[in-house]
Amino acid sequence: MGMNRREFGKLGLAAGMASVAGIPLGLHRAAGQTRGGTLSTITHPEPAMLVSAISQLQSTLTVGGKIYESLLRYDFDLKPIPGLAQSWSVSPDGLTYTFKLFPNITFHDGKPLTADDVIFSMTKILPETHARARPIFTRIESAEAPDPLTVVFKLKSPFSPFLGAFDCTTAPILPKHIYEGTDFKTNPANDKAIGCGPFKLKEWVRGSHIHLIKHEGYYRAGEPHIDEIIYRVIPDAAARSVALEQGTVKLTQWSDIEQYDVARLTKLPHLDMTTKGYEYFAPHLWLELNNRIAPMNDKRFRQAVMYAIDRKALLQRVYFGLGKIATGPISSKTRFYEKNVKQYEYSPDKAKALLDEMGLKPGADGKRITVPFLVTPSGELYRRVAEFLRQSLLRVGIDIQFEGTDVAGWIQKVSNWEYSMTTNLVYQLGDPAIGVSRTYISSNIRKGIMFSNTAGYANPEADRLFEEAATATSDEKRQELYSAVQKIVVEDVPIVWLLEQDFPTFTDKKLKNVTTTAIGVHETFGAVRFE
Amino acid sequence: MLLERLPATLLLTGTAFILSLVCGTALGTIAGTRAGKWSDTFFTIVSLLLYALPVFWLGLMLVLLFSVQLNWLPPFGYATIGVEMTTWQRIADIAQHMVLPTLSLAAVYLAIYARLMRSSIIEVKQQDFIKTARAKGVTESQIVMRHLLRNAILPVITVAGMQAGAVVGGAVVVETVFAWPGLGRLIYDAVLQRDYPVMQGIFLVMSVVVIGLNLLTEAVYRMVDPRISVGSVK
Repeated sequence: MGMNRREFGKLGLAAGMASVAGIPLGLHRAAGQTRGGTLSTITHPEPAMLVSAISQLQSTLTVGGKIYESLLRYDFDLKPIPGLAQSWSVSPDGLTYTFKLFPNITFHDGKPLTADDVIFSMTKILPETHARARPIFTRIESAEAPDPLTVVFKLKSPFSPFLGAFDCTTAPILPKHIYEGTDFKTNPANDKAIGCGPFKLKEWVRGSHIHLIKHEGYYRAGEPHIDEIIYRVIPDAAARSVALEQGTVKLTQWSDIEQYDVARLTKLPHLDMTTKGYEYFAPHLWLELNNRIAPMNDKRFRQAVMYAIDRKALLQRVYFGLGKIATGPISSKTRFYEKNVKQYEYSPDKAKALLDEMGLKPGADGKRITVPFLVTPSGELYRRVAEFLRQSLLRVGIDIQFEGTDVAGWIQKVSNWEYSMTTNLVYQLGDPAIGVSRTYISSNIRKGIMFSNTAGYANPEADRLFEEAATATSDEKRQELYSAVQKIVVEDVPIVWLLEQDFPTFTDKKLKNVTTTAIGVHETFGAVRFE
Repeated sequence: MLLERLPATLLLTGTAFILSLVCGTALGTIAGTRAGKWSDTFFTIVSLLLYALPVFWLGLMLVLLFSVQLNWLPPFGYATIGVEMTTWQRIADIAQHMVLPTLSLAAVYLAIYARLMRSSIIEVKQQDFIKTARAKGVTESQIVMRHLLRNAILPVITVAGMQAGAVVGGAVVVETVFAWPGLGRLIYDAVLQRDYPVMQGIFLVMSVVVIGLNLLTEAVYRMVDPRISVGSVK
């Protein structure tokens, strides 16, 4: 893209100011070399706070990833790679985990980061403030720091996925000297967001933008490459597309760009698009059925729904090909996926036969039964999914009636089991023991808690296999157990799995190293640079 | 939080309000004084069109034309972020960002005032005092400026005063489309998050603004037509 008139004017303006103020802005430098530059991107929706240890809203995690770092990072196959920890080891009994930190790590206020900060964050802050870190880190029996750069965790019992929970969205490290002895959630330092990542908060103009600048004392030599990151708040989907198209922003992530705009923007010569970098989350889209009430309490009905939905068409028409058909509870992007499970191809005839067998005969108008459907209030996309499902199910005689609500109402209804059907998008979080079993094990049927086993599925055999798989120490054994449990659960269909949803990350062609790990845009961005 | 957002909204709605009043009155006067001629038909059609357009659609189209195609104006936001500027440069920068949202917000109200003004002008034009003025030999432009306008503008001011609140409400849509960090956006977010205290706060601020604008309308009435003054009724 050539320089347009307005950009040219700005350049002149910037050059003029630089000479007036006598600041060597180095326009020549920005033109050819790889250091420096401003990354302008989008945060949508605007986060309520930036402390990712306390709030786990999507946009908090994305911005917070630059500010707060964690011990490990994960490659695309979810294998750990060094973060704040340069090396680590696990004892053969699977109980002791030892981490060696990099030297010279400092917080944004200049104080050094030591093993004490790590222990304080993992054992004091996260179990109190972070809903999905709590069940993992409360398994720690004792934590010790033999020297300032070594942390040793002893677990109460073996828990294989433990090493998979040290990414910056699950285990960000906070400064002990600021949080010790305070109420973590109301600590005034939360507004300043002091972490140890490559970028620190300079300014946050609510409703407009979040401005991050380089942390000069960052421990990795040469990082960060870019000088600043600006997260702009752009609430309108069309305006976000325009911003990307026009070059006002150089990067978009998650749901910033609507599905129907993806193909068009992918063709633009100045943009790159990838759906990699979401492997850790592996978002699984499903139709949730309340297994407690008729007719959803009948396995045949749930299987019929599975057969009645043309998931290929859903993927192509509604998601514009951005994803993959889900075959069961575990995403193919997550570890321990099993593909040899019962297949539910699109077959209205099989669906009708199952419904007939149940005794749900079609009435004069062709309808067999009416079921309320709670439309997920997370944007237009879910509305379109709901309409697609309505059409599909109507073809086999299941008439679903939409009910509307807002986000708070939806969470309240689903978590208190006051629904019949709804759609949900749930993350797999790197390991089935963390992100998958929570939806199916009967011990996690907890009223009032979202993302628990809200469907009310209970199968003692599945419970046993999930539990054994979580504590088995060898990967072979775990694969065997998870394969077995996937076959059982897919036969039972407690939930109608729809898609492994892909999210597009768009980057300007000049911007490099954005998607390098399984957490993609949540990464620190220390290595991100312009060329 | 509210005070942070208030200036942006006041700036946007205030400018749009004044722009729509001034342009609407002017267009209405031109159309009204030339009722039946082609220029009247033209302005009437334009105002009808503007009145019929949804605000968000107009905003999007303006962005497509002026930002995406022509690249003259920034598509959204309040100011250029992350660049140090002198005060004057900053003012020019904000003004540039304001053009599109102000136009979208002003369009509908402009159309209303223009149509109102037109019919009011036509009505006043036929009254006796205009004929008298004309008989006295007052020039046509003098008649329009001194006699017609002053009498015909009263209904416009009445409606404008009542609509001041609606302009602030219309800002919700425009601020969302143009990522303008004002109160309208805040109320939109607050509704989505069921943030009742914030909503109550915004309603309070908006009520104060609307009451203030209504008081202003009253004052303007008296300036334009001294007969309305309460004290004069004896």
